[in-house]
Amino acid sequence: MNFPPTRLSVVARTRSGDEVTRRLAFATLIEAYWKPAYKYLRLKWRLDPEDAADLTQEFFTSVLEKDVLGRYDAERARFRTYLRICLDGFASNAKKAEGRLKRGGGVTTVPLDFRTAEGELVRHEPSVAADVEELFYQEWVRALFQRAVADLRSSAQASGRDTMFRVFELYDLVEPTGDRPTYAELGRRLGLTPTTVTNHLAAMRRQLRQHVLDRLRDLTASDDEFRAEAQRLFGTTS
Amino acid sequence: MSLWIGDGMLTHLRDVAEWPDVGERYEIQGRLGRGGMGVVYAARDRVLDRDVAIKVLDTIDPSGVAARRLEDEARILGRLEHPGIVPVHDAGRLADGRVFYVMKLVRGKQLDAALDVSTSLNERLDLFLRICEAVSFAHALGIVHRDLKPQNVMLGRFGEVLVMDWGVAAAIASATVDDAVVGTPGFMAPEQSRGGDGVDARVDVFALGVILETMLPAPAPKPLAAIARRASAAQADQRYDSVQLLARDIAQYRDGEPVTAYQESFLERLARFYSRYRVPIVLLVAYLIVRVILALWLRV
Repeated sequence: MNFPPTRLSVVARTRSGDEVTRRLAFATLIEAYWKPAYKYLRLKWRLDPEDAADLTQEFFTSVLEKDVLGRYDAERARFRTYLRICLDGFASNAKKAEGRLKRGGGVTTVPLDFRTAEGELVRHEPSVAADVEELFYQEWVRALFQRAVADLRSSAQASGRDTMFRVFELYDLVEPTGDRPTYAELGRRLGLTPTTVTNHLAAMRRQLRQHVLDRLRDLTASDDEFRAEAQRLFGTTS
Repeated sequence: MSLWIGDGMLTHLRDVAEWPDVGERYEIQGRLGRGGMGVVYAARDRVLDRDVAIKVLDTIDPSGVAARRLEDEARILGRLEHPGIVPVHDAGRLADGRVFYVMKLVRGKQLDAALDVSTSLNERLDLFLRICEAVSFAHALGIVHRDLKPQNVMLGRFGEVLVMDWGVAAAIASATVDDAVVGTPGFMAPEQSRGGDGVDARVDVFALGVILETMLPAPAPKPLAAIARRASAAQADQRYDSVQLLARDIAQYRDGEPVTAYQESFLERLARFYSRYRVPIVLLVAYLIVRVILALWLRV
């Protein structure tokens, strides 16, 4: 497996002295973690949708304002685990202070689509509900792939490879319950030979992997953490 | 609105993002399993229109040692043309430089999963003898497997017995144990776990002895238990010198003959003699009884 070139991870960039860099890093972080956090609060802490949405907002605002990430030690835990433990602590404190806590709390909120997240939770009952920590991971992986697929779509469009992405979309971006066409059927539909379909799929999958690894690199704090996460994600021994 | 990725699609994307680009000839259909240094995929060979298995190197390998080992494995399999050894069809390097080889896709069960209470002792012994045949064939060509275990023996749906995973096999003449090696605790001969030179075909005899133990019902017949003990003796010079000798003892037992690993008592010899010649003995006794009755009847 090829590792993306080392650069400052999003965790490191949240500690940047430059305000813009820091804000952008937080935005990336929130994008990757808000859905896992929201669903985790709903399922583990059994909060109703409104309270879970508020607490998610407050949590990320607190992360942003109270230098929660400054205390992160890569030697002691994976970043994802650290953030989940922080979320547990935050939820626990919020429960204790329930009487005093004003919903919203007048904090700056981040625009997050909780209605969609709640819809996902209702429509797709989590298959790992019994283990909410696993659910947090699963949601994090889902968010990672959602971003990577969006990256893939953008890069394909930017490089005039719309047909390649279309092949990928029709073959790989379908639920297994649906009818996945054969390469020959897909080729007939798009006016391509089965060999071209094979090549397009291989190219798109390779690029998807690269986008996932790029995102993963960004979301992990060290090379070791990146390798461990990549190994868990793809099962690679590397 | 971003794309919703359900659990099924997510699993599929995680799989396909990992699938190697195996070119136009093969179409990957799924992952079958992972070994020490490679992943095995089920694939379709478009040229020959058949299902195959593709083993692809999947480890960081800056020194190239793992790549050479996988290439060696493919070459060894290429030499070992035997019905009991999985045949290799193709080998090479992928577009990304990783070594791969293509082999027969074996549909069936691993030995440990295939045996159950309904498997008779004779069926077990026949299976074991077929494993011995394949390993013995490799030894005759100077190849030692070094990682024999029930999980590396596949029983096909049509009765095939195939010895798999020759990833750590080596030429007997050059077989030594280095740091990177390999084998499976419990099935690995002491001299193999210790490291150093002196590893020969008897490490496979040892592993076969342990496999035999796992295949025998409990309690095992004494001669078979003795054969397994001798094959898996801690000292290499106390084992069978070759897989052929081990197999011969098993065949002797199956055919009701004495085995070299077990010194039987007079009564056991008698019981074995009776067991082996039960039909003629019963017929002879019946004949003698009838003769006696006839003689007595005629005298009256």
